[in-house]
Amino acid sequence: MPAPVQRRLIFAHIDEPGYTPDLACYRRHGGYEVMKRAFARPPAELIDEVKKSGLRGRGGAGFSCGLKWTLVDRKSGKPIYLVVNADESEPGTFKDRYIIHQDPHQLIEGAMITCWANNVQQAYIYIRGEFPHGARILEKAIAEARAANLVGKNILGTAYSCDLFVHRGAGAYICGEETGLIESLEGKRPYPRIKPPYFPAVLGLYQCPTIVNNVETLCHVKHIADLGGDAYARIGTPNNTGTRIYCVSGHVQRPGYYEFECGKITMGQLLHEVCGGPLPGRKFKAVIPGGSSAKVLRFGEKFNIKQKDGSMSELGVEDLPLDFDTLAAAGTMGGSGGIIVMDDSVNMVEALANLNAFYAHESCGQCTPCREGSLWMKKISARMVHGGARPQDGELLKNVADQIAGRTICAFGEACAWPTQSFVQKFGDEFAGYSAAKKEPPAESVPLI
Amino acid sequence: MNLKPATLRQIDEVITHYPVKRSAALPLLHLVQEDQGYISREAIEWIAAKLELQPINIYELVTFYPMFRQHPIGRRHIRVCRTLSCALTGGYHVCARFQQELSCPPGGTSADGEVTIEFVECLASCGTGPVVMIDDDLHEKVDLTKATQLSQQIKAAAKTRNPP
Ligand SMILES: Cc1cc2nc3c(=O)[nH]c(=O)nc-3n(C[C@H](O)[C@H](O)[C@H](O)COP(=O)(O)O)c2cc1C
Ligand code: SF4
Ligand code: FES
Repeated sequence: MPAPVQRRLIFAHIDEPGYTPDLACYRRHGGYEVMKRAFARPPAELIDEVKKSGLRGRGGAGFSCGLKWTLVDRKSGKPIYLVVNADESEPGTFKDRYIIHQDPHQLIEGAMITCWANNVQQAYIYIRGEFPHGARILEKAIAEARAANLVGKNILGTAYSCDLFVHRGAGAYICGEETGLIESLEGKRPYPRIKPPYFPAVLGLYQCPTIVNNVETLCHVKHIADLGGDAYARIGTPNNTGTRIYCVSGHVQRPGYYEFECGKITMGQLLHEVCGGPLPGRKFKAVIPGGSSAKVLRFGEKFNIKQKDGSMSELGVEDLPLDFDTLAAAGTMGGSGGIIVMDDSVNMVEALANLNAFYAHESCGQCTPCREGSLWMKKISARMVHGGARPQDGELLKNVADQIAGRTICAFGEACAWPTQSFVQKFGDEFAGYSAAKKEPPAESVPLI
Repeated sequence: MNLKPATLRQIDEVITHYPVKRSAALPLLHLVQEDQGYISREAIEWIAAKLELQPINIYELVTFYPMFRQHPIGRRHIRVCRTLSCALTGGYHVCARFQQELSCPPGGTSADGEVTIEFVECLASCGTGPVVMIDDDLHEKVDLTKATQLSQQIKAAAKTRNPP
């Protein structure tokens, strides 16, 4: 089956010649009209639209956006905050970057509709420190919106006021985790909080109810307010509604970002047809489907997946439709949409050593299993790559990883264990044989760490 | 502390963004680092006093967040992405090329104080790897030829600034 055509909802204007990030351009393309209509509706109706839409968060966990909003404690009498997660720190993910740099008003419109729907009077955009231009672009866009009475006091002449500020991070991955992000926004080290009791919806920023949503999620909210929840839910596939931006990197002919209806394209269609297949003379070997923390898939492995009609079918990696549920059924996750492709030039021990160095660097250090485990996984895989590999190292790595997941404060514990667990499980022979096979220095592509 | 008047104005303005002053810690650290080049002991105490905190509350941020530094760096700051997608497309070789062209030790500053080169983790531009940030600017698809060109531009700019 040929690949479907892209359906660009969020990225409609990304890379469009002549499209600029200023308010005038956004307005020429119908900008803020949806917000005007939304502000004429009761907030509860908008929350209902989002519930009906089936929207699932695009930051990584795929949690229902409507449900998240429903869980907000509205009886506490405390202010409700919105925090936009623009940390985009999961390796392999690069979609929010383009929204922020090229279409910042789309995000602001989605955020302001969300604020209105949830009676938020103060919102922050937490943007990673490595986007200095992005932060300036957002600040300028917010200033324009404020001057046009779209942000700030008595928005659009109503009695409703809501302000929005940009807050820059400073290079730590864990600030992407929502409670770490909240601590960081409070001016502290980004140590994630334990849940319960610190669910952001109840005890978030300044111990007040807080909604944390990803940049792309909030852009979808704008389109849901525009189309209506039911119409939006017809895009994509059941329980995996809307469009999804797939960020493809690594060993393909045409890496980049591609927006399709969620679940209407398979891995094979995306990598072969849309991305042009492997590099000349190469074969695909492995793919990480949802950001570096997702479990790796090995080309050639088979999955028994339950179909919508209840029957089971055997699918290969290429046959997997790219939606949350199928990828979860295949033992991995759709996560943040970052798809990292590795071809047969890559040695999996070396690729894992690269990822392990990342996680060891980024563990916040609060929980012993994560702090020590991520460091040991890095040390063991680095030793292997540096000439000290032993046949039992794969087993040793797996033992360390198995003792992290499920025993930590935040999901980083799983995030750092899953690569090791899946690499060793699926490429065990490469780990066992590394010492014998690797006499020469590591492959060109992933050298020493 | 000898902060520029514009920095002081920005500091006073940004504190108003938050109901709790402590939230302005990261913004103040960014502003002071942009003004002074790094975060000195004196800066830590100044920011703490400004936000009615103890110096340790600021010091613990400087030691945690990778982007803050306690020592001056080279005039130009080169940050090469180290993470998987960039590594798969040659990021390590690109980093080595910069080091070689600019006579810069790994993770350090060149003897003339002109450049600091460091590896950083994923810069969220994995589809156009290898990527490199030079000061605030992102450079994409940096192969070895492009790394050499960029190094030469940096050297040329240094020469115009300090004629021999
Ligand atoms: C270690 C870790 C890193 C994360 N990094 C990000 C990130 O960079 N951006 C993001 O939007 N969500 C990230 N998340 C997910 C957030 O915790 C949170 O689920 C998300 O912002 C919720 O928004 P959504 O429901 O709109 O997806 C991360 C989670 C973990 C555990
Ligand atoms: S799991 Fe790791 S990153 Fe998360 S809180 Fe514990 S030590 Fe920090
Ligand atoms: S891995 Fe280099 S930008 Fe993401």
